[in-house]
Parts: sequence; C-alpha cells; structure tokens
Amino acid sequence: MEKTKSPEESRKLLDKITFDLTRSIVKRDELTHFWYFLLIMFAAVGLWGWGIQIRDGLGVTGMRDYVSWGMYIANFVFFVAVSLIGFLISSTLHLLKISWSKPISRVAEQIAIAAVALSGLIIVMDMGRPDRFLNVFLHGRFASPIIWDVTVVTTYLTISVLLYYIPLIPDLALLRDRGSDDIPKWKMQVYKIMALGWKGNAEQYKLVYHAMRVLMILILPVGLSIHTVTSWLFAATLRSGWDTTIFGPYFVAGAFVAGSAAVVILMYAYRVRYRLSDYFEELHFDYMGKLLVFVCLVYLYFNINEFWVPAYKMKTAEGIHLRNLFIGSYAPMFWSAQILGLLLPIFLMLFRYFRKPVPLTIISVFVLIASWIKRYIIVIPTLEHPFLPIQNVPEHFKHYSPTSTEIMITIFSFMAALLIITVLAKMFPVITIWEYAEEKGIDKKFLAEPKK
Amino acid sequence: MENKSRRNFVKKLGVSIGAAGLVGGSSILSSCNQVETASGDTITLLTSSGNLVEVDKSQLKPAEMPSLSENQKRGRAGLPNRKWVMVIDLSKCRNARECMKGCQNHHQLRPEQHHINVLQMQDAEHTAPYYMPKPCQHCDNPPCTKVCPVNATFKREDGIVLIDNERCIGCRFCIAACPYSARVFNWFEPRDAEKYEGVTYNIEANVPQKKGTITKCLFSADRLRDGKLPTCVSSCPNGVYWFGDQNEDAVTNGTTHETTVFSKLIKDNAAYTIMEELGTKPRVYYLPPKDRAFPFQGEIEDNHS
Repeated sequence: MEKTKSPEESRKLLDKITFDLTRSIVKRDELTHFWYFLLIMFAAVGLWGWGIQIRDGLGVTGMRDYVSWGMYIANFVFFVAVSLIGFLISSTLHLLKISWSKPISRVAEQIAIAAVALSGLIIVMDMGRPDRFLNVFLHGRFASPIIWDVTVVTTYLTISVLLYYIPLIPDLALLRDRGSDDIPKWKMQVYKIMALGWKGNAEQYKLVYHAMRVLMILILPVGLSIHTVTSWLFAATLRSGWDTTIFGPYFVAGAFVAGSAAVVILMYAYRVRYRLSDYFEELHFDYMGKLLVFVCLVYLYFNINEFWVPAYKMKTAEGIHLRNLFIGSYAPMFWSAQILGLLLPIFLMLFRYFRKPVPLTIISVFVLIASWIKRYIIVIPTLEHPFLPIQNVPEHFKHYSPTSTEIMITIFSFMAALLIITVLAKMFPVITIWEYAEEKGIDKKFLAEPKK
Repeated sequence: MENKSRRNFVKKLGVSIGAAGLVGGSSILSSCNQVETASGDTITLLTSSGNLVEVDKSQLKPAEMPSLSENQKRGRAGLPNRKWVMVIDLSKCRNARECMKGCQNHHQLRPEQHHINVLQMQDAEHTAPYYMPKPCQHCDNPPCTKVCPVNATFKREDGIVLIDNERCIGCRFCIAACPYSARVFNWFEPRDAEKYEGVTYNIEANVPQKKGTITKCLFSADRLRDGKLPTCVSSCPNGVYWFGDQNEDAVTNGTTHETTVFSKLIKDNAAYTIMEELGTKPRVYYLPPKDRAFPFQGEIEDNHS
C-alpha cells in the first residue's frame, strides 16, 4: 500500500481510476456490436443443435454404447477445471496476503462464474432425458458421485457469485454517486438497486471485509471438492485409465494450469481492449507467469506419477490403454498436449522475456488448448477399450469421433461462457475500484464523496 | 395380483380361441364384450415370447392397463425368497445366436442392441478360441447401481439388477461403471416405438423401450414371475444355459429341461465367474469350454480390448 496522499491528489487520482475502469462500461463501438453478434449467433446455432438432439435423441452425437461419454463430458471437465481459478486467485492468494493478485481477482471470478455456470449446463445437455432433470432432486441418492458433483457445483457457483458481488457493492455505490454521464441511464438504475443503499461508512466496510473473509475461507473446501469430486466420476469406476488413486489431486493441479492460462488471456484482452496497461501491469503478467510455471511443474509431477507408474508395470488392460496413448491413435494428441502445452511452456516461462504480456498470452493460449485436449484424452480412450471385446456391433460403435451437432453444442458452450464474461465486463468494472484506490493510498472517505 | 398386461390379454385370447374350437362359438361370445361372429379378417400379433399368433379382428378389444405404480412397486420388490442364478456351459455353445434373437424380440431391441451378446473369446495366444454368451452378470456388488444418481437401476432381493426407464435421466454413468459392457442405451427412438405407444411400461421386461434411457438384460424377470425360464435360456438349441434358484440349489437346463444340483454342477465342472478380481460378485457362472460339443468356426476377430 502506498503512502496516504493529499486530498487534491487523492481526488484527482480517484477520478482517473474511475474514468479508466469504467471505460469497459461506457465503450460502445462497432467492435462491441460485432463481438456480441458473433457470440449470440454461435450460441444460437448451438442451441438449435441441442434442439435437434432433443428431437432425435443422443444418437445424433458420435457416442454409442461403448464410448458413451464423449466431447460433452470432456468439455464439462474442462469448464470445471477452469472455474477453479476463482478459488486460487481470489481466495488462496488473498488469504496468503499476496497483494499483487488483488486487481486480478475480479477477472478470476468472472471466469469462475462463467465456467461453472456452463459446466452445469453442459451436463444437462449431455443427458439422454433432460426433461427429467428434476429427478436428480426428487430421487437423488447420495451414494452416487453425480449427486456430490451437483451439490458442489451449485455451492461453488453460489459462493463465486457472492464473492463477485460483495466486493462489487462499494464500486456500485461509487458508480451510482460518481458515474460519468456517458454511462447509460438503465445501467445507473441497475447500480442504484444493486448498491443496496451503500453509504461507505466504516461499519459497512467492516461488514464487507468480514463477509469476504468468510467466503474466501468457505470456498477453500468447496473449491477443492468440486474438482476432486469431478475426478471421482471417473476414478470411482473399474476402468483402466480411470481406476487410479491420484485422480483427485491430479485434476486439481491440472485445473490451476487451465485457469491460470485463462486469466492471463482475459487480462491481456482487457489490457488491450480497454487500455488498462496501467492496471494490468507488466508486473502482473510476470507474476502470473511465475504462478503458471509453478502450477505447471506441480501438474508435470502428477503427470509423471499418473503415467510412469502404470507404464512401468504394463498390466494387461492398462498396457493396452497406455500404448494407445503413447504410440497409438491418440499419440499425436497426447504428445502435443504434453510437449506444447506443458513442457515447452515451463521451459520458456523460466525466462523473463516470455513472461511479458504478449509472449505470455501466446503461451497461455497453447496451455489452455492443451488442457482441453488433455480432458478429451482422459475421457475417450479409456471407453474405447473395455475389458471385453467389442463384437457384433456396427463398425462406428468401436471408435468415437464427434459429429457436427456435438461440435456445434461445444462451440455453444464456449460462446455462452464468453458471453457471460463479456456481459459482466460491460456491466461492471473489471477491477475492484475501491480496493485499487485503497492500494494507491486514497482514503476511503473520498470514495463516498458525490460527484461535483 | 393378477397380471393384466397386454400380453396376458393376448394369451387369454389364445386360450379362448382354442376353447372356441372345442365348444363352438358361444365361448367366444362369453369372452368378449364386442359380440360378433368371426369376421374371417385376421390380424397377426406378436406375443411376449416372440411368437406370432393370428387373431380374428372381431376378437380385439382394448387391453386393461395395470396401473404403472403397481407394476413398478412389484418390479422393484422382486420375487420373495429367491436368488436367481445362471450357469453357462461354454463347451456347448456353437454360436447359434438363438438366445440373442429371442432376447431382442422379447425386449423389443434393435439388431445392434444386445442384452446378451455371444462373444468370440481367446484367453491367450496359443489357447483355443471359444464362444462366450455374455448377459448382464447381475452382480451381488453391482458397480452400476452404486453410481446411479436417481435410483433408476437397482438390485432386487432376488438378485436381479433392474432398470426403471420411467425414471432414468440418461446420464450413462452406469455404462461407464459396468466393467462387463452389459448396458445398452437407446440412442434413438426405440424399435417399434409407434407400435407400442401408450402401452404401460413393464419394469420387469423393460418394455416398451424409451428413447434416451438405458436398457439391459433382466433375466426376463417378467417370465420368472410366470414360472418360466428366461427367453435366452429357453431359446437355446444346444443346452448351453442352466437357470435356477440358488436357495433351492437347483438349476434347470433350458434345452433338455433336466434339473440338477447347482452347487454340484459348478463344483464338478470348476465353474468360474468372469473378472472375479474386480469384486463385483457376478450371479452368472461359466463352465470352462472343455470337451467341446462343437468346433470353433471362423477366425477370431482381433478386437480385444
């Protein structure tokens, strides 16, 4: 935290901060419209695909009796993984009193909310009978890992939304009181309602701090369990490739990799689009790069455990699975994910140059794509190799390849997630103004001052 | 409780037609509401056992539907004091696939859907290949029922693992959990969907099938209730299957109708269960393929896991 400033300095700085950070809210140009058009069009096409799937049955996908989980489940696991970043950045780093992460925490929460919301939706889209979704609550039984997953996903979504909203309240009040005339009227109305009559006195701040702290601590067990339980969906079965004891920590480690990469990409997008290079500084990219190296190393360690130990023994069924990954039909995906998405990024990010915004963002794109591929090869190869031979069925039952409907619905999920993030960025500041101002040494009393 | 399903109606009808041949048309009059003399216009119907019967059109009347909830309750409870068990004699199988056909007719399955599948197996590179019929193993420790989020698949007290397609949400977790690949999904509208529209669901035969839900071998639980052997057991021409009650310690061969002591049969022949090491405790026992009755024909397909 910087030294306390004089009133004039404070007011001037606060004006600048508010101006910069509301740019995302005010900005409306052709690109914005085009971006919205793109997202909504793709999302609508995906929904149309889902309509076809509901009408004709899940047979419109590439899944069949042997490979009965396909791209949807891989995508689900990917979104659950990405959502875990909210836990890491806005909670763990805060609780460890690592202050550089503060401006990033809202970016992380945006990603967490969008990803966890979509992960819930994808599961419904993967169901054979989405019309019976309520059965999960009417007849749910706690012996099933799916019920554990439903429980933690909804809890995590709730906590994430609260963790997004509560630090937002002082900002909303600030916008309500000091917002420029460029902000549309209806948005000001929304701020007024959502600010819940915030006055900015010490007692209210105390309440916010307290609530945030409680949520940050609450999200730790929930965040850990959301991805551990998701890994148990696989690990609780008797299939080679899934029947492993380290899937919980393995998935959590992988989640941090995917989420950190997503945060870097979004940070870069905001930095360029909303000219926020004073806020998402080189320093943040440098630290995020270091964080990414660290979580990648942990993930690498788990990968070695996950593959080397069974590969040493080569038990019959495991051996078939591993050969398929290492030298078989999934080898290109497997090795490109391991090398381009893990080993090479670790190596490059050890150098300061590659932790600068542009190189780091490019690396993060690779890491994020690789982590999606990683989920794909966790789900599908195992199912293609059951214990008993696949016989007396049509040829296309034996191998899985996604159909256009499946790809459409998968694209829908990405577009819908981006749409949620875009709407959040267009509605609310992408960095917590009051926290940032506090960091810069502006006294809280200036925050509550009405606009002159 | 009297089973008042559609097929029972057909059965009764069959009986009444037989009676008609003996005592004349008057018995038809008494068994039908719509009193008509035989019009000579006949219609072909499929019975539950997969046989086609011809019935005079004038004999048709809407079947009385049993209530769904009553059916479900009965189907979930199972037959008291029974422990159904199947023994498959691998030395007798010659890949006739009559069990597969009978099963697909009984459970209204498409040709690629197998409640029971006859697999070509080879245990090791230099051992002789053999045919292995593989139904659902009806495990005592079933991995599938544990993972079902809505209790749509469950194990009854008589040891049969059933599936309720009125409740199934189609998450396919049970398929992922089953190491025997015994479960099948209705990816599209099931076979004969229009034909059976509005027919009350029979949980013990899992018919009519429903789009977007799981289906699987049920040991023909509906036939067991009528005191009959499962379809696959009675349609095998080669005496492969034995079926019976572990509590009675007796199993009956579906082809020869010979009944023998279950425990002795599996002991004398060194019976085994498949993938015993997984701890699922299957209720289907296999007698090793020694002294084979039929030679293995054709090439073994190289598509082991």
